[in-house]
Amino acid sequence: MTTTTQAMVEVTKLRKDFGSTRAVSDITFAVNRGEIVGFLGPNGAGKTTTMRMLTGFLRPTAGEARIGGIDVADDRLAAQRLIGYLPESAPLYDDMMVVDFLDYVGELRGLDRATLHARKREVCRRCGLMDVLGKDIGQLSKGYRQRVGLAQAILHDPALLILDEPTSGLDPNQIVEIRELIKDLGREKTVILSTHILPEVQATCGRIIIISDGKLVADDTPDALTERDVGAVINVILKTTDASRVQRLLAGLPGVRNVDLADGEGAGTVGLRVKASGTADPREAIFKAAVDNQLVLIAMSRERVSLEDTFRRLTRGEPVERMQQKSTSKEAAHA
Amino acid sequence: MRNVTVIARRELSSYFNSPIAYIVLVAFLLVAGWMFFGPFFLIGRAEMRSFFAPSLFSPSMLLVILLPALTMRLVAEERKAKTIELLTTTPVTDTEVILGKFAGAFGLVLAGFAATLVYVVTVRLLGPLDLGTVFAGYLGLTLFAGALLAVGLLASTLTDNQIIAFIIGLLVGGALYFIYWLQFLMPAFLAPLIEFVSVSSHLDNLARGVVDTRDVVYYLTLGGGSLFLATLSLSRQHA
Repeated sequence: MTTTTQAMVEVTKLRKDFGSTRAVSDITFAVNRGEIVGFLGPNGAGKTTTMRMLTGFLRPTAGEARIGGIDVADDRLAAQRLIGYLPESAPLYDDMMVVDFLDYVGELRGLDRATLHARKREVCRRCGLMDVLGKDIGQLSKGYRQRVGLAQAILHDPALLILDEPTSGLDPNQIVEIRELIKDLGREKTVILSTHILPEVQATCGRIIIISDGKLVADDTPDALTERDVGAVINVILKTTDASRVQRLLAGLPGVRNVDLADGEGAGTVGLRVKASGTADPREAIFKAAVDNQLVLIAMSRERVSLEDTFRRLTRGEPVERMQQKSTSKEAAHA
Repeated sequence: MRNVTVIARRELSSYFNSPIAYIVLVAFLLVAGWMFFGPFFLIGRAEMRSFFAPSLFSPSMLLVILLPALTMRLVAEERKAKTIELLTTTPVTDTEVILGKFAGAFGLVLAGFAATLVYVVTVRLLGPLDLGTVFAGYLGLTLFAGALLAVGLLASTLTDNQIIAFIIGLLVGGALYFIYWLQFLMPAFLAPLIEFVSVSSHLDNLARGVVDTRDVVYYLTLGGGSLFLATLSLSRQHA
């Protein structure tokens, strides 16, 4: 390690152009040792390109990526020694036997015979490969292929694991298995994994980085990401027939941005969707207004905003004022 | 250097894991043997010049076709299967990747050449064979094959389609080989140039038993230059 910084990965204004297309646009973030970070974004957002720059497969057009303090562009091989990488869709040599393949990767990683032997046992146990060691990789199922890919990534016991869609194409049982394995690995290692499956990140990652269209749009813990949107929508059902009056009434309350009509609970009731402005929680005001106007409040609930909603809003470029402010101020701080 | 050996060993075993190695070796040994021994008994002299010398019907002509078939998969297959990403994200340099792949294919070819030593023994038993000339011939054939393998490897880095890699290798190798016989159709002032450029003219010299550094340097330049360009081409792909 050339520096004593806590950060395992430091990415500064990383950019990648393919011809006139900007695949990754000045992304800045850092990952500390021991973190499990989820890299989220719609297909084609630039997740894979960013990971390829981190692993030294692609050279950045501008900006820099440091792994354990080492600039990847400067000393690619030294940085690569610290990384275990599972590329997208786990490309493997189909004509090799699993055991030969692991030997090959281990030798390329510079492991000596004894270490390689011990590590092979260890990763095969962890990834559940004992039964398929003598099989050709080409004959393996998708789930086993993914595990072999993971096994080669952790074979040299790297400090940093970069996994590009480790669970894509797996069935639900296999997804859970791989997820457990990643969680397990995350206890000792820094992990960056990309996915577009949201429950996966919520289940495994301590932090989420969302990129859309090559830009970083959010960088926070899963809870903080959704919490910031909580309070945004309150569903109210009132016992009344005059929908427009209550709509006007609620819209005039402090902390309310706007009120839409929604389904009630049958005749004589009116349902309303109250959108709060900012982080305000107008529930108390709504209750008081109902009491003051002698309206019977049948139901009132705060909609828990799911990560899906946050994700969809962020990656579709719809305005989420606070979050965007946050990420821009963060970028400014780095600059 | 260690990485070169590791990669070369994998390439070599990968040849033997598929039918390519067997097909190429058997085709070479059978056809080259037939090409050589056919006229050999008619001429009735204990010499092997026709085994090494370039002609339109010779073992070296066969190599022009077979060698691109060996090299076509080397990089193109990895690009197609995306395993190139796996390989280049392990701590190996692009030069090591290219040299390793070259060495793997070269090893297979040398094994094929070693098997033809049986022909040398056969001829030697039949009459007084000049082993010095035979040595020069093998040196020529080895340099020739090495240079063409390097050209084929370069072709393989240019595409992710093995067929295209084969055709490029075949066209370039074929052009360098057959241009030798076309020089009579060209203006006279071009003759020295063609003589210099063609892989055949240099092989012809060595097959005669004349080891001239110019011929050796020619093959080393063609092979080394191709390997250098192949390395550049590979690193451009992850640029």
